[in-house]
Amino acid sequence: MKVFSFKGGIHPPERKDYTAHLALEKAKDPDFATIPLQQHIGAPCEAIVNVGDLVKVGQKIGEAGGFVSAPVHSSISGTVKEISMKPGVNGEVLSVVIESDGKNEVHESVQKKGSIETLSGDEIKEIIKEAGIVGMGGATFPTHVKLSPPPEKTIDTVILNGAECEPYLTADHRLMLEHPNETVSGLKAIMKVLDVTTGYIGIENNKPDAIEVMQKAVESEENIQIVVLQTKYPQGAEKQLIDACTGRIVPSGALPMEVGVVVNNIGTAYQIHQSIETGMPLVERVTTLSGGILKEPKNLWVKIGTQINELVEQCGGFTEPVGKIIMGGPMMGMAVSTDKLPITKGSSGVLFFNREEGTIPEPENCIRCSACVDICPVYLQPLYISAYSLIDNFDMAEKYRPMDCIECGSCSYVCPSKRPLLQSIRIAKGEIQARNRK
Amino acid sequence: MSDRLIVSSSPHLREDTSIQKIMFDVAIALIPATIASIYFFKAPAAMILLISIISCLVTEIVVQKIRRVPVTIHDGSALVTGMLLALNLPATVPLWLPVLGSVFAIGIVKQLFGGVGQNFMNPALAARIMLTISYADRMTGWVEPGVDAVSTATPLTYVKDFTAIQQGAPSFVDLLIGNVSGSMGETSALLLIIGGIYLVYRNVITVKIPGVYILTVAIATLLYSGFDIQYMTFHLLSGSLMIGAIYMATDYASTPVTPRGRIYFALGCGILTATIRLFGGYAEGVGFSILLMNTMVPLIDRYTAPKVFGEVKKQNA
Repeated sequence: MKVFSFKGGIHPPERKDYTAHLALEKAKDPDFATIPLQQHIGAPCEAIVNVGDLVKVGQKIGEAGGFVSAPVHSSISGTVKEISMKPGVNGEVLSVVIESDGKNEVHESVQKKGSIETLSGDEIKEIIKEAGIVGMGGATFPTHVKLSPPPEKTIDTVILNGAECEPYLTADHRLMLEHPNETVSGLKAIMKVLDVTTGYIGIENNKPDAIEVMQKAVESEENIQIVVLQTKYPQGAEKQLIDACTGRIVPSGALPMEVGVVVNNIGTAYQIHQSIETGMPLVERVTTLSGGILKEPKNLWVKIGTQINELVEQCGGFTEPVGKIIMGGPMMGMAVSTDKLPITKGSSGVLFFNREEGTIPEPENCIRCSACVDICPVYLQPLYISAYSLIDNFDMAEKYRPMDCIECGSCSYVCPSKRPLLQSIRIAKGEIQARNRK
Repeated sequence: MSDRLIVSSSPHLREDTSIQKIMFDVAIALIPATIASIYFFKAPAAMILLISIISCLVTEIVVQKIRRVPVTIHDGSALVTGMLLALNLPATVPLWLPVLGSVFAIGIVKQLFGGVGQNFMNPALAARIMLTISYADRMTGWVEPGVDAVSTATPLTYVKDFTAIQQGAPSFVDLLIGNVSGSMGETSALLLIIGGIYLVYRNVITVKIPGVYILTVAIATLLYSGFDIQYMTFHLLSGSLMIGAIYMATDYASTPVTPRGRIYFALGCGILTATIRLFGGYAEGVGFSILLMNTMVPLIDRYTAPKVFGEVKKQNA
C-alpha cells in the first residue's frame, strides 16, 4: 500500500494503547451542564433563554452572533439556573448553566431533515449552520463558513482528516471504526454543499483497522478515496495533510481554498450526518480521556457542558495525584488550571499527567544542533525566531517568518536543550500581530 | 485537587534527549581512537589525555564561577573538548602544553563567547591551531608509534608537493589501523570511521558533512594526481581528515544550521583542505580549513535559509 506524507515532522511516542481498543461508551448525563456561549472561533452567541426557563435537549439557547459564529444548544433537558461568567479553557466565558430534570426530553425542533440525496447543497449548509457545527478536531472554526468559499474560488477537493496524529487521542479512530458509513455520509454531504466530485479520507497507518473499515465503507463510492498516511506528527496539520493527499502546496499566509481544497475533521463529518438524519444539533461529542494516571481511560460520548471532574469519576479516578490536565492532545493542547471546566465542541481529548510528566525541564543553552530546523514542517528556523523573541527584538524575529508557524510544537519537542522554542515564537507572533494592527 | 496544577505552554511532551546525552555519545564514539592512541603511543599519550580532560573541566568550572553562571561541566561538552584536544596533539608534547591549550579552548574560545553552543569556532581545533602557530617545533614533534619514540615525518609528507606516493610511505593497512606517526588521535582512519558510524546510528550527526567533505578532498586529489586512486586513498587516510571531517566539522555550535548550508560548509572545508595540502605551505590543511569555514557560518546560514512552506515569489510591484 502506498503511504503518503509531508517533509519534516517528528515521531513522538503514540501512547494510543490506553484507549485505541476501547469501544465508545456513553458518559453519564451531567446533573448540571455548563454550556459556554462561545465554543468556536468568531463572535460569541447571545443567550436566547432566561434564568428559570425550561429547556429541552437540542433546543437552541444561544443565537449566533454573526456570520462567523455558531449557535449553541442545550445538551440536556431541565431548568436554566444561571447565565454568568464561568471558567473556560481560554479564561472566563459567558455560560448557560442548566440543571437537569433527568428526563432528557428532546426538543420539538429536532426532526429528521431529509436525506443527502434529496436535500440541496444550500439546504445542507443551512442545517450545518443551525446545528452549530464547528471544526471538531479542536480548531472549532464554524463549518458553514468553511463551506462558503467566495465565488471566485473554485473548490474541487474535500479532505476528511482522520490522521489523528496527536499522541493519546483516539476519538476519531473509534468513530471511524464504529461509524464508518455515517462518516462517509457526512463527507458526501460536505461534497454536495461544495459541489465537488473528489473526496479523500486521510488516515495514518498506525490505524490499520480503521483504514480497512473505511476502505470497505467507500467501496461503492467512485469519488471517495482512502489515503494512507505515514504515522508522523503533524500529519493532521491542514497544509501538511493537503500536501500529503493532493501534492498541492497552500501558499504561505493563504487558506486551503486557495488550492481548491477544504479540509474537515472526522468528528465534524459524523456530526453533519447526524444533524441531517436525526436533526440533533451538536450537543454531544466523542472525547478521549487518557493518561497513565487515569484508572480506566475511556473514549466517551460526552454531553457538551459536562465537567471534567465528573468524567474523571467515571474513569475510576486517579492512581496518583494529578499534576497537569491538558485539553486536547499533548502536542497542541492547552494545560488548564482546574478540573471544573466543561467539555465543549472542540474537546477531542482530556489528558491527565502526574507532576513528573507534567513538568517541563529547565532550558539550557541552544547548542545549534539544528534539530528544530531539520524537522520544522513549514521549514522555519525556530532557533533564530526564538533567540530574537527572547531579547524582545521582534523586528529581527519577524525576518525569520514567525507568522508562518503552525504552532505544532515539534521544535520544542525535539530540542535537546529543552528551550521554550514554540512559546517564544508565540510571543513573537503576538507582538507582531499587535504591531500590525496599530 | 490538593496541589495546584501545572500550567505551561504546549507542547507537553519532550523528546528524551539532552546536551549531556549527545556529548556522551561523542565521547563514546571517540573511545576506540583514544584507546588506539594509548596503545600506539603508550604512557605519554595517556598522561596527555588525562591532563587535557582535567584542565578543560577545571577551566570550565573556574570561568563559570567567575562569570557567576551555573557550572555546567555535567553536560559533557568540556569532556569532549578535552578528548579532542588531546587527540589533536603529538604524543611528545610537554604536559604544560595541553594545559595551555585547554585554557585557551574552554576559557577563551568557548566561555568568553557565552559557553556551550555559543562558540563560533571549534574550541579544540582553535586551540590546536593556536598551539601549532605558537609552538611550531613542539607541535610537530612527530614520532613513530612505540616506546622508542623515534622522530619521523608524518604520512602526508610523502605526498606533499608530489602527484604520486613516494618511496618509504606507510602502507594503507598501517594508515587504516593507525600504525603511523601523527597526532595521537588522527592516526587510525578505521577507528575514527567506526566512531563516526556510531554517531550516525545515534542520530548525533548525519553523513552529510563528513561525506561531502571527504568526497570533495577525494575528487580534488584524484584530479590533481591524474586519477591515481592510490594517491587519493593515501590522502583520505592520512592526517587529520577523518577526525576533522567526522568530529570537528560536525561541531554543532560552529557549523551552519540549514540543510543546504551544511553542504556548502563541508564543500568549503574540502576545497580549502585540498588547496592547502596540494598547493599551500603546510602538509596538512584540515584545521585551518575548518576554522576558516567556521567564521563563514553566519554568512552561509543567512544565504541558505530554507524556503518557507508555501512561499511564493514576490511579484514585482
